[in-house]
Amino acid sequence: MDVKYINPFINATINVLETMAFTKAEAGKPYLKKDQVAQGDVTGVIGLIGGVSGTISVSFTEKSILSIVSNMFGEEMKELNEEIKDAVGEITNMISGQARQELEGMGISLKAAIPSVIVGKNHSINHITKHPIIAIPFNTANGGFTIEVCFEK
Amino acid sequence: MDLSMKILVVDDFATMRRIVKNVLRQIGFTNIVEADDGSTALGVLKKDKIDLIISDWNMPKVNGLELLKAVRGDESTKNLPFIMVTAEAQKDSVVQAVQAGVSNYVVKPFTAEALKEKLEKVFSK
Repeated sequence: MDVKYINPFINATINVLETMAFTKAEAGKPYLKKDQVAQGDVTGVIGLIGGVSGTISVSFTEKSILSIVSNMFGEEMKELNEEIKDAVGEITNMISGQARQELEGMGISLKAAIPSVIVGKNHSINHITKHPIIAIPFNTANGGFTIEVCFEK
Repeated sequence: MDLSMKILVVDDFATMRRIVKNVLRQIGFTNIVEADDGSTALGVLKKDKIDLIISDWNMPKVNGLELLKAVRGDESTKNLPFIMVTAEAQKDSVVQAVQAGVSNYVVKPFTAEALKEKLEKVFSK
């Protein structure tokens, strides 16, 4: 997979969390992910089609997403409930929207599907293509999360 | 800008309405009502005196653009300030909204500061 597809997602993730949730996220070293087990407890997945097809996912640990959504809502969230699931869907949407904007500037036009959200310990994430999955771990002051990018080129 | 103005937030996602309300509260607004779709919003507009609409673009039934057109087509609301919220800063969508008479638009994600700036522009006209 071409590395040029990855950076827009890293930039979008950092920007969305900083803007909407006042959360500074620091990207770690990307790695090739071999299995489908989610790194987090709640994951948003969105399919992208256009010049290339693929999926991206954002998988949050319980601690990190409770802190992020508390900041977004301006009130403390204590458990992984429906509101957290909806918020993860919105965050996934915003990351995809912003990354697509950057990709559009590079001449790659993509359309996004509606995100789905999965909750639970050790759930799996199925990317629609069988191509390599690049995972990027992130750290925040309140725990980590991982994004995965999988494109057919 | 009058912080006591009545604002109608339109979005099919409860979460997004909550986020927008939180941002508006950060700016200092307190008088906020909600609608979960364009058709519900039109119902609210018939009953309530609204000073500003902040609406999502993508919604089932009546979407943001259709709501904007309906608002502009009604004598009683044709001059109502209308901010469109969109996730995609794609040129085509913005042009359509401008042609339909949108007052301003914000692209998700946005900060309280960014929204405040847009609102100040709208209300200084």
